[in-house]
Amino acid sequence: MSELRDLYQDIILEHSKRPRNYRTLEVANRKAEGFNPLCGDHFTIYVEVGDGQIRDISFQGSGCAISKASASMMTQAVKGKRTEEAEELFQKFHHVVTGKNGTESIELGKLAAFAGVSEYPVRVKCATLAWHALRAALRGDQHAVSTE
Amino acid sequence: MTTAANTAFRPQTATRTDFDVYKVRADFPILARKIHGKPLVYLDNAATTQKPQPVIDAMVRYYTAENSNIHRGVHTLSELATESYEQSRATVQRFLNAAEAREIVFVRGTTEGINLVAQTWGRANIGRGDEILISAMEHHSNIVPWQILCEQQGANLRVAPVNDAGELLLGEFEKLLGAKTKLVAMAHVSNALGTVNPVRKIVEAAHRFDARVLLDGAQAIPHLAVDVRAIDCDFYVFSGHKVYAPTGIGILYGKAELLEAMPPYQGGGDMISSVTFEKTLYNRLPHKFEAGTPHVSGTIGLGAALEYVKSMGIESIARHEKQILAYGTKRLREIPGLRLIGTARQKEGILSFVLEGVHPHDVGTILDQEGIAIRTGHHCAQPLMERFGVPATARASLALYNTMEEMDALANGLQKVREVFA
Repeated sequence: MSELRDLYQDIILEHSKRPRNYRTLEVANRKAEGFNPLCGDHFTIYVEVGDGQIRDISFQGSGCAISKASASMMTQAVKGKRTEEAEELFQKFHHVVTGKNGTESIELGKLAAFAGVSEYPVRVKCATLAWHALRAALRGDQHAVSTE
Repeated sequence: MTTAANTAFRPQTATRTDFDVYKVRADFPILARKIHGKPLVYLDNAATTQKPQPVIDAMVRYYTAENSNIHRGVHTLSELATESYEQSRATVQRFLNAAEAREIVFVRGTTEGINLVAQTWGRANIGRGDEILISAMEHHSNIVPWQILCEQQGANLRVAPVNDAGELLLGEFEKLLGAKTKLVAMAHVSNALGTVNPVRKIVEAAHRFDARVLLDGAQAIPHLAVDVRAIDCDFYVFSGHKVYAPTGIGILYGKAELLEAMPPYQGGGDMISSVTFEKTLYNRLPHKFEAGTPHVSGTIGLGAALEYVKSMGIESIARHEKQILAYGTKRLREIPGLRLIGTARQKEGILSFVLEGVHPHDVGTILDQEGIAIRTGHHCAQPLMERFGVPATARASLALYNTMEEMDALANGLQKVREVFA
């Protein structure tokens, strides 16, 4: 059970049950879908970008606890950030969930809760799905992002 | 026909009357291993089954003592390999009760078998405006090859619906049959639900309209006695690895007169009788459809696997699995918030379910920590998931070596899942 708790930390379970910014965004000027054909996880990320800054962000869709909590916590982490800062954060997050962890988990704050994912290689895609969709949205990519 | 080399790796064929699951388990070496420090509870048999020692031994024996290419050699090893290869075909013929060995074509698996029929029989017999009728519970491998064929030929795909229990609506199916229907392609047993389709009735109804019938037997072959002549289907396909044989080998059964009339699938060696640059004559059945060096060791493993199943007795296996399924169903129904997907009256070996408030993927990860292997996802049946309004399910699937205790382990594991997500 202790190992499982490394993956399913309380903050992750809490966000999966009560996701934040879980809605459509009327004023969004960027939007992208993330899709994991392996397990059917499917999210849409809505972003309002102005002057290079993420003014607002939301998401909707369905997926496992890891993917939903990750999307929820991502929206909180990047709201108000500049787009290049969000990109940087994704790279650090990616390092942490794939186990290439340097000092990055310290800089990640709450997102460091996802470090346990690195012990479950098949779940890395769940943790990064929303981030991939965000990147696609910021780059103006209209196609749905697939993890496969 | 029998040589020392061949009898050595054939298991005893006497049917065991008393089915002792613990004795059976000892035949499967992998079942002794542990996962995350817990005994392996393998419940992903609809994806692939584990292999018994006689199958492993048969393949080791082939590579140790007989390895050679088949059909063209005059030397001893080639003759031995050819004989083993053709003996396996005869074993499959008997297992399916096919009329002739030449009606048994070795393919890579169910998927290749279906694609073969689509691209040979289908291209020759399906025209503009014709219809292919499938069901809502098909695996992608029994949907996509027909979609490709329909696009190529300007034909239309029709889909017979299922009820809330996951049973084919036979009346609706019959209404969809008509003069335009050229082919009915349907699962014998659904991989996502376990539903057993009334194949005899399906074939009778289709034949009244002169439509041909292909049955996807991938999930039926390890659980049911299949008699292709009694069913009277035109094609029957299955994969070896779902019935204790290795991956990469499968069977297409076709009625001889249909296979005879079909153009070849792939061109190459072995499928010809003579080649000049002006004209090539194709080989006789079944070699016409077996271009190139086949998966010889796979066919030998398949032969050994079917002999193994026969030695257990498919009826004994079915009886045992029914008990496990009934007990597993009872245990899962006790779990609050658990909804079984697929509750057909005629059902084999599958417990597909969703747990309220927990995504199947998380169920799978937590059970894995308990040593329990199940599958989660859409099971290559996305249209069916849509029909039941779920993006995915968790699926425990049974084989002859599963036990009551394993159903308890599954139920206890699911209680743990509920605790984590409480």
